[in-house]
Amino acid sequence: MKKLYFLFVVIVFVSCSKDKDLNTLENITIPSVSTPNDVSFGVETPMVFAKGENYIPLYGKKNEAITVNDLLMDVYPVSNANYLAFVKKNKRWRKSEVKKLFADDNYLNFWKNDTLLATDMKPNSPVTNVSWYAANAYCECQGKRLATVDEWEFVAMANQDMADARKVEAYNQYILDWYEKPKTFNNEIGKTFKNYYGVYDLHGLVWEWTSDFNSILLTGESRSDVTTDKDLFCGSGSLNASDLMNYAAFIRYAFRGSVKADYAVKNLGFRCVKDTLNTKKP
Amino acid sequence: MKKIILFFIAITLFGCKKTTTETKNTSISQESIYNLTSKWKTQDNKTIELKDLKGKVTVMVMIYTSCKAACPRLVADMRDIESKMPKDKLSELNFVLVSIDPEVDTPERLKAFAKANYMDAPHWTFLQGTKSTVQEFANVLAVKYKQIAPMDFSHSNIISVFNKEGELLHQQEGLGVNNKETVDKIIETVNN
Repeated sequence: MKKLYFLFVVIVFVSCSKDKDLNTLENITIPSVSTPNDVSFGVETPMVFAKGENYIPLYGKKNEAITVNDLLMDVYPVSNANYLAFVKKNKRWRKSEVKKLFADDNYLNFWKNDTLLATDMKPNSPVTNVSWYAANAYCECQGKRLATVDEWEFVAMANQDMADARKVEAYNQYILDWYEKPKTFNNEIGKTFKNYYGVYDLHGLVWEWTSDFNSILLTGESRSDVTTDKDLFCGSGSLNASDLMNYAAFIRYAFRGSVKADYAVKNLGFRCVKDTLNTKKP
Repeated sequence: MKKIILFFIAITLFGCKKTTTETKNTSISQESIYNLTSKWKTQDNKTIELKDLKGKVTVMVMIYTSCKAACPRLVADMRDIESKMPKDKLSELNFVLVSIDPEVDTPERLKAFAKANYMDAPHWTFLQGTKSTVQEFANVLAVKYKQIAPMDFSHSNIISVFNKEGELLHQQEGLGVNNKETVDKIIETVNN
């Protein structure tokens, strides 16, 4: 009889342990508040003007030139200090508060707590381990937005003194050398070169979120990219690369094609852009 | 002794049941798409939020009505799934088609599309968003899309199933694939 007794106790434990999880989960889920508007957090960062042009991106509409409108771009990527100011004001983007739908478990992974950086993190290093949703919300708070892939690639074609340096071998080599360098995300912002437009750190520091990164119809896995998956992607065959030599850009597009919006990655940060007053909304 | 055993069974049943119902009623879980606060127009020109779909099992797909290639097949896949549902369960289901071309797909156009494709019953919902809400929503579904011409998009062919709380349960990728797994998953969820 004692054995039977024991068995029941075990059953009770086992069958209810699942519910305990539910219970704790219930404690951390916050009832949905309708449209929690993020509030401004008093960070002003310098921006520079980039004159719009036509250019042929690596992946575009059938090798046609596309038009990038005039825009203002942040000179530097968003720093740890900037982002800290943002989460101090906007609790729902704190590490302990953020909803799983909007950021995976790596979100601000290395921070000591909600409002404290780790001791070895510099305030002036770029913020990383942020999801696309978080980056989006940050920019919106400042009345800005993330750049589109086309806009980002357009400004990033520039080296120190040319708007389009894609054919300059030394420039491509610089980018590829960076891709091989580990842990550049620990460096501080503004320490790489200042490009033609006055923008720093597009190459050499961290990768950056773009608003429409999900428009990259690649799997990011070279063997399956060779045959475009016509069943999974309608019209994928029309999106072929325009410049097969631009290896650095290939890597960037492949990376974008491989992330999901809730990913928080150690070497992926962001910066914001803004339309100029006279540009049409994209 | 028997009494004690009975007592334990009672505790097991009672104790476990209570908590689950509470969770269902009080909150939206962290993974739920009902956390999105974007607003959408339906084919009947009603403004809704995604959480208005709460309480039903939702089957979703992203399409655009001017599409000539994959969307008719995607729409056919949706109708095929719908036709395999028990008729008495349809009122507990939402079949939602979200337009990736919000500029062209107005509520009127969506309504006409619904009628033309015999998708006019109350369990069909067509949604028009804005460029940014569609982008956000596509990210939630991990759907990729790109406008390649004014009326033409490339996009992933994914049908997603959400439970009554808005949590993603299952995704079917590809066109005209065997939908048995998807159908089973929906029926299993709706009976839960």
